[in-house]
Amino acid sequence: MIKIKKGTTKTLLYVVLTIYALTIFYPIYLMITTSLKKNKEIFTSPYSLPQSFNLDNYVQLFKVSNYLTYFRNSILVTLTSLFIIVVLSSLISYVLAKYKFFGSRFLYFYFIAGLIVPIKLGTIGIIRIMISLKIFDTLAALIIVYAAMGIPFGVFVLTDFIRLIPEEFSNSARIDGCSEPKIFFKIILPLLRPALAAVVIINFIPIWNDFWFPLLLIRSDNARTIPIATALLFGQYETNFGLIFSVLAMASLPVIIFYLVLSRQFIKGLSAGALKG
Amino acid sequence: MAETLGKKKNYFILLFLAGGFIVYTVFLVVPILHAMFFSLFGGPGIIPKEFVGFKNYIQLFTTDIYSERFFNAFKNTVAFFLIVTFFQNVIGFFIAIMVTRKFSGNTFFRRISFLPTTLSVIVAGFLFTLILNPVWGIFDKFLEVVGLGFLVRPWLGTPSIALVVIAVVTSWQFLGTSIIFYTAGIDTINKEVLEAARIDGAGPLAEIRYIIFPSILPIVGIVTILIFIGDFTQFDIVYAMTSPYANPQYGTDLFGSLFYRAAFFPTGRGGWGMGMGATVATMIVLIVSIGVLILMMLFRMQSMGAKEEGNK
Repeated sequence: MIKIKKGTTKTLLYVVLTIYALTIFYPIYLMITTSLKKNKEIFTSPYSLPQSFNLDNYVQLFKVSNYLTYFRNSILVTLTSLFIIVVLSSLISYVLAKYKFFGSRFLYFYFIAGLIVPIKLGTIGIIRIMISLKIFDTLAALIIVYAAMGIPFGVFVLTDFIRLIPEEFSNSARIDGCSEPKIFFKIILPLLRPALAAVVIINFIPIWNDFWFPLLLIRSDNARTIPIATALLFGQYETNFGLIFSVLAMASLPVIIFYLVLSRQFIKGLSAGALKG
Repeated sequence: MAETLGKKKNYFILLFLAGGFIVYTVFLVVPILHAMFFSLFGGPGIIPKEFVGFKNYIQLFTTDIYSERFFNAFKNTVAFFLIVTFFQNVIGFFIAIMVTRKFSGNTFFRRISFLPTTLSVIVAGFLFTLILNPVWGIFDKFLEVVGLGFLVRPWLGTPSIALVVIAVVTSWQFLGTSIIFYTAGIDTINKEVLEAARIDGAGPLAEIRYIIFPSILPIVGIVTILIFIGDFTQFDIVYAMTSPYANPQYGTDLFGSLFYRAAFFPTGRGGWGMGMGATVATMIVLIVSIGVLILMMLFRMQSMGAKEEGNK
Protein backbone atom coordinates (compact mmCIF):
# COMPACT_ATOMS: atom_id res chain seq x y z
CA MET A 1 0.00 0.00 0.00
CA ILE A 2 2.63 2.49 1.12
CA LYS A 3 4.88 1.56 -1.75
CA ILE A 4 2.22 2.30 -4.36
CA LYS A 5 1.56 5.64 -2.72
CA LYS A 6 5.26 6.43 -2.81
CA GLY A 7 5.34 5.57 -6.48
CA THR A 8 2.48 7.91 -7.33
CA THR A 9 4.01 10.83 -5.43
CA LYS A 10 7.22 10.31 -7.33
CA THR A 11 5.41 10.22 -10.66
CA LEU A 12 3.55 13.38 -9.74
CA LEU A 13 6.86 14.97 -8.80
CA TYR A 14 8.35 14.14 -12.17
CA VAL A 15 5.27 15.30 -14.06
CA VAL A 16 5.15 18.68 -12.33
CA LEU A 17 8.87 19.29 -12.64
CA THR A 18 8.91 18.22 -16.28
CA ILE A 19 6.16 20.69 -17.09
CA TYR A 20 8.13 23.34 -15.25
CA ALA A 21 11.28 22.42 -17.19
CA LEU A 22 9.33 22.69 -20.46
CA THR A 23 8.21 26.22 -19.64
CA ILE A 24 11.90 27.05 -19.29
CA PHE A 25 13.24 25.16 -22.29
CA TYR A 26 10.53 25.77 -24.83
CA PRO A 27 10.91 29.56 -25.17
CA ILE A 28 14.70 29.17 -25.33
CA TYR A 29 14.39 26.32 -27.84
CA LEU A 30 12.03 28.43 -29.91
CA MET A 31 14.45 31.33 -29.90
CA ILE A 32 17.36 29.24 -31.09
CA THR A 33 15.53 27.14 -33.69
CA THR A 34 13.73 30.14 -35.16
CA SER A 35 17.00 32.02 -35.52
CA LEU A 36 18.22 29.15 -37.72
CA LYS A 37 15.22 29.24 -40.07
CA LYS A 38 14.59 31.10 -43.28
CA ASN A 39 12.02 33.87 -42.97
CA LYS A 40 9.36 31.97 -44.93
CA GLU A 41 9.85 28.84 -42.89
CA ILE A 42 9.34 30.82 -39.66
CA PHE A 43 5.73 31.44 -40.64
CA THR A 44 4.92 28.21 -42.48
CA SER A 45 6.33 25.81 -39.90
CA PRO A 46 6.92 27.68 -36.67
CA TYR A 47 7.01 24.65 -34.37
CA SER A 48 9.22 22.30 -36.30
CA LEU A 49 12.97 21.98 -36.21
CA PRO A 50 14.73 24.02 -38.90
CA GLN A 51 14.84 22.23 -42.26
CA SER A 52 18.50 22.98 -42.64
CA PHE A 53 21.14 24.45 -40.40
CA ASN A 54 20.96 27.92 -41.83
CA LEU A 55 23.23 30.65 -40.44
CA ASP A 56 22.10 33.39 -42.85
CA ASN A 57 20.47 35.40 -40.06
CA TYR A 58 23.68 35.47 -38.09
CA VAL A 59 25.73 36.42 -41.13
CA GLN A 60 23.32 39.27 -41.76
CA LEU A 61 23.45 40.34 -38.11
CA PHE A 62 27.22 40.69 -38.25
CA LYS A 63 26.90 42.57 -41.52
CA VAL A 64 24.37 45.16 -40.34
CA SER A 65 25.91 45.77 -36.91
CA ASN A 66 29.24 45.96 -35.12
CA TYR A 67 28.35 43.00 -33.00
CA LEU A 68 31.93 42.11 -32.13
CA THR A 69 32.39 45.60 -30.72
CA TYR A 70 29.29 45.27 -28.53
CA PHE A 71 30.49 41.90 -27.33
CA ARG A 72 33.95 43.22 -26.56
CA ASN A 73 32.43 46.22 -24.73
CA SER A 74 30.19 44.00 -22.61
CA ILE A 75 33.12 41.80 -21.60
CA LEU A 76 35.36 44.76 -20.86
CA VAL A 77 32.75 46.59 -18.79
CA THR A 78 31.70 43.51 -16.83
CA LEU A 79 35.19 42.23 -16.04
CA THR A 80 36.59 45.64 -15.09
CA SER A 81 33.70 46.58 -12.86
CA LEU A 82 33.69 43.17 -11.15
CA PHE A 83 37.43 43.54 -10.53
CA ILE A 84 36.94 46.99 -9.01
CA ILE A 85 34.05 45.74 -6.83
CA VAL A 86 36.11 42.85 -5.50
CA VAL A 87 39.19 44.97 -4.75
CA LEU A 88 37.41 47.95 -3.18
CA SER A 89 34.88 46.03 -1.14
CA SER A 90 37.39 43.54 0.25
CA LEU A 91 39.66 46.40 1.37
CA ILE A 92 36.73 48.18 3.04
CA SER A 93 35.43 44.98 4.61
CA TYR A 94 38.80 44.06 6.06
CA VAL A 95 39.08 47.39 7.85
CA LEU A 96 35.46 47.36 9.03
CA ALA A 97 35.63 43.76 10.25
CA LYS A 98 38.95 43.84 12.06
CA TYR A 99 39.43 47.35 13.41
CA LYS A 100 37.24 49.42 15.67
CA PHE A 101 37.60 53.16 15.40
CA PHE A 102 35.42 56.19 15.77
CA GLY A 103 32.61 55.91 13.22
CA SER A 104 33.41 52.38 12.02
CA ARG A 105 29.92 51.11 12.81
CA PHE A 106 28.38 54.10 11.10
CA LEU A 107 30.55 53.51 8.04
CA TYR A 108 29.36 49.91 7.82
CA PHE A 109 25.73 51.03 7.76
CA TYR A 110 26.61 53.83 5.36
CA PHE A 111 27.93 51.28 2.88
CA ILE A 112 25.17 48.71 3.20
CA ALA A 113 22.46 51.38 2.99
CA GLY A 114 23.13 51.20 -0.76
CA LEU A 115 21.48 47.76 -0.75
CA ILE A 116 18.04 49.29 -0.43
CA VAL A 117 18.51 52.49 -2.43
CA PRO A 118 18.16 51.77 -6.16
CA ILE A 119 21.00 53.59 -7.93
CA LYS A 120 18.79 54.06 -11.02
CA LEU A 121 16.90 56.81 -9.20
CA GLY A 122 20.05 58.92 -9.07
CA THR A 123 20.51 58.84 -12.82
CA ILE A 124 19.91 62.57 -13.36
CA GLY A 125 22.82 63.33 -11.05
CA ILE A 126 24.93 60.54 -12.54
CA ILE A 127 24.53 61.99 -16.04
CA ARG A 128 25.61 65.43 -14.83
CA ILE A 129 28.61 64.00 -12.97
CA MET A 130 29.65 61.98 -16.03
CA ILE A 131 29.41 65.05 -18.23
CA SER A 132 31.52 67.16 -15.89
CA LEU A 133 34.10 64.37 -15.60
CA LYS A 134 34.08 64.17 -19.42
CA ILE A 135 33.35 60.45 -19.40
CA PHE A 136 29.71 60.62 -20.55
CA ASP A 137 29.23 58.27 -23.51
CA THR A 138 32.29 56.17 -22.63
CA LEU A 139 32.68 52.68 -21.21
CA ALA A 140 34.37 54.23 -18.16
CA ALA A 141 31.02 55.76 -17.17
CA LEU A 142 29.36 52.34 -17.14
CA ILE A 143 32.27 50.71 -15.30
CA ILE A 144 32.30 53.22 -12.46
CA VAL A 145 28.51 53.16 -12.01
CA TYR A 146 28.47 49.36 -11.81
CA ALA A 147 31.34 49.48 -9.33
CA ALA A 148 29.36 51.83 -7.09
CA MET A 149 26.30 49.60 -7.51
CA GLY A 150 28.18 46.45 -6.45
CA ILE A 151 30.06 47.79 -3.41
CA PRO A 152 27.16 47.60 -0.88
CA PHE A 153 26.58 43.90 -1.46
CA GLY A 154 30.33 43.23 -1.51
CA VAL A 155 30.83 44.95 1.85
CA PHE A 156 27.77 43.20 3.28
CA VAL A 157 28.99 39.70 2.41
CA LEU A 158 32.72 40.16 2.91
CA THR A 159 32.58 41.94 6.29
CA ASP A 160 30.66 39.02 7.79
CA PHE A 161 33.00 36.54 6.19
CA ILE A 162 36.17 38.26 7.43
CA ARG A 163 34.76 38.47 10.96
CA LEU A 164 34.58 34.68 10.98
CA ILE A 165 38.27 34.28 10.18
CA PRO A 166 39.98 33.42 13.50
CA GLU A 167 42.31 36.07 14.92
CA GLU A 168 45.06 33.48 15.41
CA PHE A 169 45.91 33.61 11.72
CA SER A 170 46.64 37.33 11.77
CA ASN A 171 48.25 37.25 15.20
CA SER A 172 50.84 34.66 14.31
CA ALA A 173 51.68 36.68 11.20
CA ARG A 174 51.97 39.77 13.38
CA ILE A 175 54.45 38.00 15.66
CA ASP A 176 56.46 37.14 12.57
CA GLY A 177 56.67 40.86 11.90
CA CYS A 178 54.07 41.20 9.13
CA SER A 179 52.70 44.72 8.64
CA GLU A 180 48.91 45.17 8.79
CA PRO A 181 48.43 45.67 5.03
CA LYS A 182 50.64 42.67 4.39
CA ILE A 183 48.47 40.55 6.68
CA PHE A 184 45.51 41.44 4.50
CA PHE A 185 47.20 40.55 1.24
CA LYS A 186 49.07 37.44 2.43
CA ILE A 187 46.69 35.91 4.96
CA ILE A 188 43.16 37.23 4.58
CA LEU A 189 42.79 37.61 0.83
CA PRO A 190 43.56 33.96 -0.02
CA LEU A 191 41.06 32.83 2.63
CA LEU A 192 38.41 35.08 1.13
CA ARG A 193 38.27 33.26 -2.18
CA PRO A 194 34.88 31.51 -1.74
CA ALA A 195 33.24 34.74 -0.56
CA LEU A 196 34.79 36.68 -3.44
CA ALA A 197 33.40 34.09 -5.83
CA ALA A 198 29.94 34.68 -4.38
CA VAL A 199 30.31 38.45 -4.81
CA VAL A 200 31.44 38.05 -8.42
CA ILE A 201 28.67 35.61 -9.30
CA ILE A 202 25.87 37.63 -7.75
CA ASN A 203 27.02 40.84 -9.43
CA PHE A 204 27.83 39.28 -12.79
CA ILE A 205 24.30 38.86 -14.14
CA PRO A 206 22.84 42.28 -13.30
CA ILE A 207 25.93 43.99 -14.70
CA TRP A 208 26.17 41.94 -17.89
CA ASN A 209 22.47 42.35 -18.56
CA ASP A 210 22.03 45.96 -17.48
CA PHE A 211 20.02 47.96 -19.97
CA TRP A 212 19.21 51.14 -18.05
CA PHE A 213 22.65 52.75 -17.86
CA PRO A 214 23.79 52.15 -21.45
CA LEU A 215 20.39 53.51 -22.51
CA LEU A 216 21.03 56.77 -20.66
CA LEU A 217 24.82 57.12 -20.55
CA ILE A 218 25.83 55.86 -24.00
CA ARG A 219 25.18 57.59 -27.31
CA SER A 220 27.79 56.38 -29.77
CA ASP A 221 27.62 53.03 -31.49
CA ASN A 222 31.17 51.97 -30.59
CA ALA A 223 30.46 52.24 -26.84
CA ARG A 224 27.31 50.11 -26.89
CA THR A 225 26.99 46.96 -24.84
CA ILE A 226 24.96 43.92 -25.84
CA PRO A 227 21.64 44.76 -24.08
CA ILE A 228 21.32 48.23 -25.60
CA ALA A 229 22.43 46.95 -29.01
CA THR A 230 19.82 44.20 -28.73
CA ALA A 231 17.06 46.72 -28.07
CA LEU A 232 18.11 49.00 -30.92
CA LEU A 233 18.47 46.18 -33.43
CA PHE A 234 15.14 44.77 -32.34
CA GLY A 235 13.45 48.11 -32.99
CA GLN A 236 15.22 48.60 -36.29
CA TYR A 237 14.47 45.19 -37.82
CA GLU A 238 11.13 44.55 -36.13
CA THR A 239 9.58 42.85 -39.15
CA ASN A 240 12.56 40.68 -40.05
CA PHE A 241 11.76 37.80 -37.71
CA GLY A 242 14.75 35.67 -38.63
CA LEU A 243 17.15 38.50 -37.93
CA ILE A 244 15.63 39.58 -34.62
CA PHE A 245 15.57 36.02 -33.34
CA SER A 246 19.26 35.78 -34.11
CA VAL A 247 19.74 39.06 -32.21
CA LEU A 248 18.04 37.57 -29.15
CA ALA A 249 19.92 34.28 -29.44
CA MET A 250 23.26 36.05 -29.83
CA ALA A 251 22.54 38.10 -26.71
CA SER A 252 21.67 35.03 -24.63
CA LEU A 253 23.80 32.13 -25.83
CA PRO A 254 27.13 33.29 -24.35
CA VAL A 255 25.56 33.70 -20.88
CA ILE A 256 23.57 30.46 -21.17
CA ILE A 257 26.71 28.51 -22.07
CA PHE A 258 28.72 30.30 -19.39
CA TYR A 259 26.04 29.44 -16.84
CA LEU A 260 25.73 25.80 -17.88
CA VAL A 261 29.49 25.35 -17.56
CA LEU A 262 29.68 27.04 -14.17
CA SER A 263 26.21 26.27 -12.79
CA ARG A 264 27.60 24.48 -9.74
CA GLN A 265 29.63 27.56 -8.74
CA PHE A 266 26.70 29.84 -9.55
CA ILE A 267 24.34 27.94 -7.28
CA LYS A 268 26.93 27.76 -4.52
CA GLY A 269 27.55 31.48 -4.75
CA LEU A 270 23.86 32.35 -4.80
CA SER A 271 23.10 30.04 -1.90
CA ALA A 272 25.88 31.67 0.12
CA GLY A 273 24.31 35.02 -0.66
CA ALA A 274 20.86 33.79 0.37
CA LEU A 275 22.00 32.52 3.73
CA LYS A 276 23.95 35.70 4.51
CA GLY A 277 20.79 37.77 4.70
CA MET B 1 38.55 41.53 17.89
CA ALA B 2 39.35 45.21 17.85
CA GLU B 3 42.92 46.15 17.34
CA THR B 4 44.74 48.93 19.05
CA LEU B 5 47.31 50.32 16.75
CA GLY B 6 50.01 52.87 17.04
CA LYS B 7 48.99 56.12 15.42
CA LYS B 8 51.69 55.72 12.82
CA LYS B 9 50.09 52.58 11.48
CA ASN B 10 46.63 54.08 11.10
CA TYR B 11 47.24 55.65 7.72
CA PHE B 12 46.63 52.35 5.94
CA ILE B 13 43.06 52.22 7.29
CA LEU B 14 42.33 55.45 5.47
CA LEU B 15 44.02 54.15 2.37
CA PHE B 16 41.98 50.92 2.41
CA LEU B 17 38.71 52.81 2.84
CA ALA B 18 39.41 55.70 0.48
CA GLY B 19 38.86 54.10 -2.94
CA GLY B 20 35.57 52.42 -2.15
CA PHE B 21 34.33 55.36 -0.15
CA ILE B 22 34.92 57.79 -3.01
CA VAL B 23 33.40 55.58 -5.72
CA TYR B 24 30.36 54.71 -3.62
CA THR B 25 29.81 58.25 -2.38
CA VAL B 26 30.31 60.06 -5.67
CA PHE B 27 28.39 57.69 -7.91
CA LEU B 28 25.64 56.39 -5.64
CA VAL B 29 25.09 58.55 -2.56
CA VAL B 30 25.61 61.97 -4.16
CA PRO B 31 23.32 61.21 -7.14
CA ILE B 32 20.50 60.16 -4.79
CA LEU B 33 20.99 63.28 -2.65
CA HIS B 34 21.18 65.28 -5.87
CA ALA B 35 17.74 64.01 -6.86
CA MET B 36 16.33 65.11 -3.51
CA PHE B 37 17.96 68.54 -3.77
CA PHE B 38 17.10 68.96 -7.43
CA SER B 39 13.44 68.17 -6.76
CA LEU B 40 13.23 71.61 -5.12
CA PHE B 41 14.03 73.36 -8.40
CA GLY B 42 11.76 74.33 -11.26
CA GLY B 43 11.44 76.69 -14.17
CA PRO B 44 11.80 76.41 -17.91
CA GLY B 45 14.61 74.56 -19.71
CA ILE B 46 16.12 71.10 -19.40
CA ILE B 47 18.11 72.02 -16.29
CA PRO B 48 15.88 74.05 -13.96
CA LYS B 49 17.63 76.83 -12.05
CA GLU B 50 14.83 78.44 -10.05
CA PHE B 51 14.41 77.38 -6.42
CA VAL B 52 10.72 76.56 -5.92
CA GLY B 53 10.66 74.75 -2.57
CA PHE B 54 8.08 71.99 -2.37
CA LYS B 55 6.10 73.30 -5.33
CA ASN B 56 7.00 70.26 -7.47
CA TYR B 57 5.63 67.92 -4.82
CA ILE B 58 2.43 69.94 -4.49
CA GLN B 59 2.04 69.81 -8.28
CA LEU B 60 2.76 66.08 -8.38
CA PHE B 61 -0.13 65.41 -6.02
CA THR B 62 -2.63 68.08 -7.02
CA THR B 63 -2.23 68.82 -10.73
CA ASP B 64 -4.18 66.25 -12.74
CA ILE B 65 -1.66 65.70 -15.55
CA TYR B 66 0.95 64.68 -12.95
CA SER B 67 -1.09 63.07 -10.20
CA GLU B 68 -3.09 60.94 -12.62
CA ARG B 69 0.10 59.40 -14.04
CA PHE B 70 1.75 59.08 -10.65
CA PHE B 71 -1.12 57.30 -8.92
CA ASN B 72 -1.74 55.14 -11.97
CA ALA B 73 1.91 54.03 -11.92
CA PHE B 74 1.71 53.48 -8.16
CA LYS B 75 -1.36 51.29 -8.50
CA ASN B 76 0.17 49.30 -11.36
CA THR B 77 3.48 48.86 -9.55
CA VAL B 78 1.72 47.52 -6.45
CA ALA B 79 -0.35 45.09 -8.56
CA PHE B 80 2.76 44.04 -10.49
CA PHE B 81 4.67 43.49 -7.23
CA LEU B 82 1.84 41.44 -5.73
CA ILE B 83 1.55 39.16 -8.77
CA VAL B 84 5.31 38.60 -8.99
CA THR B 85 5.59 38.03 -5.24
CA PHE B 86 2.78 35.51 -5.34
CA PHE B 87 4.30 33.49 -8.20
CA GLN B 88 7.85 33.65 -6.99
CA ASN B 89 7.08 32.82 -3.38
CA VAL B 90 4.30 30.27 -3.73
CA ILE B 91 5.44 28.39 -6.84
CA GLY B 92 9.07 28.93 -5.88
CA PHE B 93 8.44 27.42 -2.47
CA PHE B 94 6.71 24.32 -3.79
CA ILE B 95 9.28 23.68 -6.50
CA ALA B 96 12.03 24.16 -3.91
CA ILE B 97 10.38 21.50 -1.74
CA MET B 98 10.18 19.17 -4.73
CA VAL B 99 13.79 19.57 -5.81
CA THR B 100 15.06 19.02 -2.27
CA ARG B 101 13.45 15.55 -2.15
CA LYS B 102 15.75 12.65 -2.86
CA PHE B 103 15.35 11.44 -6.44
CA SER B 104 17.59 11.08 -9.41
CA GLY B 105 17.69 14.31 -11.39
CA ASN B 106 16.96 16.74 -8.57
CA THR B 107 20.18 18.71 -9.18
CA PHE B 108 19.26 18.92 -12.87
CA PHE B 109 16.00 20.69 -12.06
CA ARG B 110 17.75 22.95 -9.58
CA ARG B 111 20.27 24.01 -12.16
CA ILE B 112 17.90 24.69 -15.01
CA SER B 113 15.54 26.70 -12.80
CA PHE B 114 18.07 29.50 -12.80
CA LEU B 115 18.53 29.49 -16.58
CA PRO B 116 15.93 32.20 -17.39
CA THR B 117 17.46 34.51 -14.78
CA THR B 118 20.70 34.55 -16.74
CA LEU B 119 18.90 36.12 -19.71
CA SER B 120 18.65 39.86 -19.95
CA VAL B 121 15.18 41.18 -19.05
CA ILE B 122 15.22 42.89 -22.43
CA VAL B 123 15.73 39.54 -24.19
CA ALA B 124 13.04 37.77 -22.17
CA GLY B 125 10.63 40.64 -22.83
CA PHE B 126 11.24 40.69 -26.58
CA LEU B 127 11.08 36.89 -26.76
CA PHE B 128 7.65 36.76 -25.13
CA THR B 129 6.45 39.71 -27.19
CA LEU B 130 7.20 37.58 -30.26
CA ILE B 131 5.65 34.47 -28.77
CA LEU B 132 2.46 36.42 -27.97
CA ASN B 133 2.54 38.29 -31.29
CA PRO B 134 -0.86 37.76 -32.99
CA VAL B 135 0.66 37.81 -36.50
CA TRP B 136 3.05 34.99 -35.81
CA GLY B 137 0.52 33.56 -33.41
CA ILE B 138 2.58 30.79 -31.95
CA PHE B 139 1.01 31.00 -28.48
CA ASP B 140 -2.51 31.52 -29.81
CA LYS B 141 -2.17 28.51 -32.09
CA PHE B 142 -0.93 26.45 -29.18
CA LEU B 143 -4.03 27.41 -27.18
CA GLU B 144 -6.27 26.40 -30.09
CA VAL B 145 -4.52 23.05 -30.42
CA VAL B 146 -5.04 22.18 -26.76
CA GLY B 147 -8.67 23.28 -26.98
CA LEU B 148 -8.33 26.58 -25.16
CA GLY B 149 -8.87 28.68 -28.28
CA PHE B 150 -11.57 30.70 -26.55
CA LEU B 151 -8.85 32.25 -24.37
CA VAL B 152 -7.11 33.90 -27.30
CA ARG B 153 -7.07 37.68 -26.99
CA PRO B 154 -4.80 40.64 -27.66
CA TRP B 155 -2.42 39.78 -24.83
CA LEU B 156 -0.58 43.07 -24.85
CA GLY B 157 -3.49 45.14 -26.14
CA THR B 158 -5.81 45.15 -23.12
CA PRO B 159 -4.56 47.22 -20.16
CA SER B 160 -5.37 44.87 -17.29
CA ILE B 161 -4.30 41.74 -19.17
CA ALA B 162 -1.06 43.32 -20.39
CA LEU B 163 -0.05 44.14 -16.82
CA VAL B 164 -0.62 40.54 -15.76
CA VAL B 165 1.31 39.31 -18.81
CA ILE B 166 4.41 41.39 -18.06
CA ALA B 167 4.20 40.30 -14.40
CA VAL B 168 4.02 36.64 -15.42
CA VAL B 169 7.00 37.00 -17.77
CA THR B 170 8.97 38.66 -14.95
CA SER B 171 8.03 35.82 -12.61
CA TRP B 172 9.03 33.27 -15.24
CA GLN B 173 12.39 34.91 -15.44
CA PHE B 174 13.14 35.26 -11.74
CA LEU B 175 11.45 32.18 -10.31
CA GLY B 176 14.87 30.52 -10.34
CA THR B 177 16.25 33.01 -7.84
CA SER B 178 13.64 32.16 -5.24
CA ILE B 179 14.00 28.43 -5.94
CA ILE B 180 17.77 28.61 -5.38
CA PHE B 181 17.30 30.72 -2.24
CA TYR B 182 14.69 28.39 -0.79
CA THR B 183 16.61 25.22 -1.60
CA ALA B 184 19.63 26.76 0.12
CA GLY B 185 17.45 27.30 3.20
CA ILE B 186 15.88 23.84 3.11
CA ASP B 187 19.29 22.21 2.72
CA THR B 188 20.45 23.72 6.00
CA ILE B 189 17.60 22.15 7.98
CA ASN B 190 19.00 19.55 10.29
CA LYS B 191 18.32 16.12 8.77
CA GLU B 192 17.85 14.61 12.22
CA VAL B 193 14.97 16.94 12.98
CA LEU B 194 13.18 15.83 9.81
CA GLU B 195 14.01 12.21 10.56
CA ALA B 196 12.63 12.52 14.10
CA ALA B 197 9.47 14.15 12.81
CA ARG B 198 8.94 11.32 10.35
CA ILE B 199 9.40 8.72 13.06
CA ASP B 200 6.84 10.60 15.14
CA GLY B 201 4.47 10.11 12.21
CA ALA B 202 4.51 13.57 10.67
CA GLY B 203 3.26 13.43 7.10
CA PRO B 204 4.76 15.53 4.30
CA LEU B 205 2.20 18.30 4.87
CA ALA B 206 2.92 18.53 8.59
CA GLU B 207 6.60 18.50 7.77
CA ILE B 208 6.20 21.45 5.43
CA ARG B 209 3.95 23.35 7.79
CA TYR B 210 5.84 22.86 11.05
CA ILE B 211 9.47 22.37 10.07
CA ILE B 212 10.30 23.59 6.56
CA PHE B 213 8.12 26.70 6.44
CA PRO B 214 9.15 28.24 9.78
CA SER B 215 12.82 27.63 9.15
CA ILE B 216 12.89 29.31 5.75
CA LEU B 217 10.61 32.19 6.69
CA PRO B 218 13.57 34.58 7.01
CA ILE B 219 14.52 33.69 3.41
CA VAL B 220 10.94 34.32 2.28
CA GLY B 221 11.51 37.76 3.79
CA ILE B 222 14.73 38.32 1.86
CA VAL B 223 13.18 37.16 -1.41
CA THR B 224 10.15 39.42 -0.91
CA ILE B 225 12.33 42.43 -0.10
CA LEU B 226 14.51 41.78 -3.17
CA ILE B 227 11.41 41.52 -5.36
CA PHE B 228 10.05 44.70 -3.80
CA ILE B 229 13.19 46.74 -4.52
CA GLY B 230 13.47 45.30 -8.03
CA ASP B 231 9.81 45.78 -8.97
CA PHE B 232 9.48 49.31 -7.67
CA THR B 233 12.18 50.38 -10.12
CA GLN B 234 11.42 47.83 -12.85
CA PHE B 235 11.73 49.36 -16.27
CA ASP B 236 13.27 46.94 -18.77
CA ILE B 237 10.24 44.65 -19.05
CA VAL B 238 7.94 47.58 -19.81
CA TYR B 239 10.37 48.97 -22.37
CA ALA B 240 10.65 45.59 -24.10
CA MET B 241 7.02 44.47 -24.03
CA THR B 242 4.84 47.58 -24.05
CA SER B 243 7.25 50.45 -24.95
CA PRO B 244 8.36 53.35 -22.68
CA TYR B 245 4.81 54.69 -23.11
CA ALA B 246 3.54 51.65 -21.21
CA ASN B 247 0.85 50.74 -23.72
CA PRO B 248 -2.05 50.32 -23.84
CA GLN B 249 -3.27 53.56 -22.28
CA TYR B 250 -0.55 53.54 -19.60
CA GLY B 251 -2.02 50.24 -18.41
CA THR B 252 1.46 48.82 -17.82
CA ASP B 253 3.07 52.00 -16.56
CA LEU B 254 5.31 51.24 -13.57
CA PHE B 255 7.32 53.64 -11.42
CA GLY B 256 10.42 52.79 -13.46
CA SER B 257 8.89 53.73 -16.80
CA LEU B 258 7.17 56.81 -15.38
CA PHE B 259 10.46 58.07 -13.96
CA TYR B 260 12.19 57.38 -17.29
CA ARG B 261 9.67 59.41 -19.31
CA ALA B 262 9.28 62.18 -16.74
CA ALA B 263 12.99 62.80 -16.34
CA PHE B 264 14.46 62.04 -19.76
CA PHE B 265 11.80 62.62 -22.41
CA PRO B 266 11.33 66.05 -23.98
CA THR B 267 8.22 67.90 -22.82
CA GLY B 268 5.39 67.16 -25.19
CA ARG B 269 6.51 63.55 -25.53
CA GLY B 270 5.84 62.66 -21.94
CA GLY B 271 8.69 64.55 -20.29
CA TRP B 272 8.05 66.64 -17.18
CA GLY B 273 11.40 68.42 -16.98
CA MET B 274 14.29 67.28 -14.84
CA GLY B 275 13.06 68.99 -11.67
CA MET B 276 9.80 67.03 -11.77
CA GLY B 277 11.79 63.94 -12.77
CA ALA B 278 13.88 64.34 -9.63
CA THR B 279 10.67 64.78 -7.63
CA VAL B 280 9.35 61.47 -8.95
CA ALA B 281 12.72 59.81 -8.18
CA THR B 282 12.68 61.16 -4.62
CA MET B 283 9.14 59.90 -4.06
CA ILE B 284 10.16 56.42 -5.27
CA VAL B 285 13.25 56.46 -3.02
CA LEU B 286 11.00 57.30 -0.06
CA ILE B 287 8.40 54.68 -0.94
CA VAL B 288 11.06 51.98 -1.42
CA SER B 289 12.91 52.75 1.83
CA ILE B 290 9.74 52.92 3.90
CA GLY B 291 8.43 49.77 2.22
CA VAL B 292 11.64 47.87 2.92
CA LEU B 293 11.58 48.91 6.59
CA ILE B 294 7.95 47.80 6.93
CA LEU B 295 8.68 44.47 5.24
CA MET B 296 11.72 43.92 7.45
CA MET B 297 9.69 44.53 10.59
CA LEU B 298 6.88 42.32 9.35
CA PHE B 299 9.13 39.39 8.59
CA ARG B 300 11.09 39.78 11.80
CA MET B 301 7.83 39.59 13.77
CA GLN B 302 6.62 36.66 11.66
CA SER B 303 9.86 34.73 12.14
CA MET B 304 9.74 35.30 15.88
CA GLY B 305 6.13 34.19 15.95
CA ALA B 306 6.96 31.06 13.99
CA LYS B 307 9.84 30.26 16.32
CA GLU B 308 7.65 30.62 19.37
CA GLU B 309 5.05 28.38 17.82
CA GLY B 310 7.77 25.83 17.08
CA ASN B 311 8.87 25.91 20.72
CA LYS B 312 5.43 25.08 22.07
